Amino acid sequence: MKQVLLSGIALIFLIAAAWAPQWLLFLLALALAKGLVVLGLLLLMRTGLVSFGQGLYFGLGAYAAALLAHRGGLADAALMIVAGTACAAAVAAILGLLLARYREIFFAMLSLAFSMILYGLLVKSSALGSTDGFHVQVKQFAGIALAAGAERRVFFAVSVVATLAAGWLLHRYLASHWGRLSEAIRDNELRVEYLGASVYRVVYANYIIAAALAGLGGAFAALAVGHVDPETTYWTTSGEFVFIAILGGTGNVLAPFLSAAIFEALRTVASQYAPNVWQMALGVAMLAIIMFLPGGLWTLVRRKAA
Amino acid sequence: MSAILVTEGLQKSFGAVSAAADINLAFERDSVVSLIGANGAGKTTFLNMVTGYLRPDGGRVRFDGQELVGRSPREITALGLSRSFQIPQLFQSLSVRENLLVAEGIAHAERVEEATDALLEKFDLASYAARPAGLLPEGIRKLLDVAMALVSKPKLLLLDEPTSGVAADEKFGIMDLVMTAVRGQGVTVLFVEHDMDIVSRYAARVVAFYDGRVIADGTPAQVLEAEEVRRYVIGDAPHAA
Repeated sequence: MKQVLLSGIALIFLIAAAWAPQWLLFLLALALAKGLVVLGLLLLMRTGLVSFGQGLYFGLGAYAAALLAHRGGLADAALMIVAGTACAAAVAAILGLLLARYREIFFAMLSLAFSMILYGLLVKSSALGSTDGFHVQVKQFAGIALAAGAERRVFFAVSVVATLAAGWLLHRYLASHWGRLSEAIRDNELRVEYLGASVYRVVYANYIIAAALAGLGGAFAALAVGHVDPETTYWTTSGEFVFIAILGGTGNVLAPFLSAAIFEALRTVASQYAPNVWQMALGVAMLAIIMFLPGGLWTLVRRKAA
Repeated sequence: MSAILVTEGLQKSFGAVSAAADINLAFERDSVVSLIGANGAGKTTFLNMVTGYLRPDGGRVRFDGQELVGRSPREITALGLSRSFQIPQLFQSLSVRENLLVAEGIAHAERVEEATDALLEKFDLASYAARPAGLLPEGIRKLLDVAMALVSKPKLLLLDEPTSGVAADEKFGIMDLVMTAVRGQGVTVLFVEHDMDIVSRYAARVVAFYDGRVIADGTPAQVLEAEEVRRYVIGDAPHAA
């Protein structure tokens, strides 16, 4: 049943890739890109960690992908996606050595600090376009030249496939021993150590996985928007990811994508009809979620299924 | 018979309070030993030092020929020493079955699912398998805590007050289940206990603590009759002026 549901969702998205108007395609592409970042946050939250700095890896993924095309002369979307993901994972492998030692507010603030350091560097770097960033033009995927005007649709279709693969892999991971161990760490680190497992290793691994997913999302965002700027690493962007994670809840790997789509739609509508107070609409939505659905929107899906 | 656990000159202070003062003990393999003493006597501090949670101020702890001081709880568990806790340390949001699956997964059991089912049966936990650990009655929490400690097939099992907080009529049932589970497994058991009926029934040897010192060590009959133990632990003899 689940496979049928997932196949149906994938089919709808792939049809959207072919037929949907550009504005809808853009909205969905951003929702998928952000959903990937939040998928990583879901893993961290299941381990008991909240990162206010996933913008660091989202931005790194976006910039690494964009730089490959802009400066490296390798304007191939497939290579850019790999570069964005690998760059985020590599940086996380270094920073994770330190961050995996911290918990709660210290972890949250340290991750925020690192993302703001990158933001500061990008803003001061005129070679990278400073606050304006720079454009990304890509007309090739895996060596195949793309017809003019079809690039966005191809990138979106690729992001649908990549998102499905990432969601399925994370679902398998969460159902595995390491997934259960992550939840055990959230509940009781002391007992995990007394049972003979290294909490540090699990947290470190999960941190890198979350960063890789954020890098992947960043690369797709760069391809969808066709532009990168330091805003991707700013704390409000990281806050947005946490917002989406709380909106959807951590109950299922589909929750981040559901909530990311709702978030993007809510923001689009709210900013169109109330351009000066759209953040207030988001704030009210968050208040309602925390008060009435503390487990996030996925609670509704679960209740209906039960 | 050789000793599996030996402590020499073990010392620990918390400020001006001495929780362990020159503790010299040796525990034989396959024995069942009870540690008794009033609250604050130093029993749990002793367990915490042996299991690596606290580093002693001085002295040595040798387990199966290996020095334990300076090792982490994780390293000590890997050597074959496991423990349960006075307040059961469970994964509250996970079910009883998932708690055991986590423990089995860490212990690298070959057939994790089958091993978990066997453990649920052995500890009479099958009817609670799907219930979150945070919603269990205290007696079941204690059993699950001990069951998780046994998953790694330890050579030495330390139980910190396995029956505290449990209804009087359930205490013997819990201890019977635990002792049945370890019997014939070659596991040495050290348990901290306040209930002298439990101590008399299950321990072959009793070590009494008071003020960070060992005040008596012997069979249950010898120790429970000792004047210092009656005065400071059991409380049925008048205190010295």
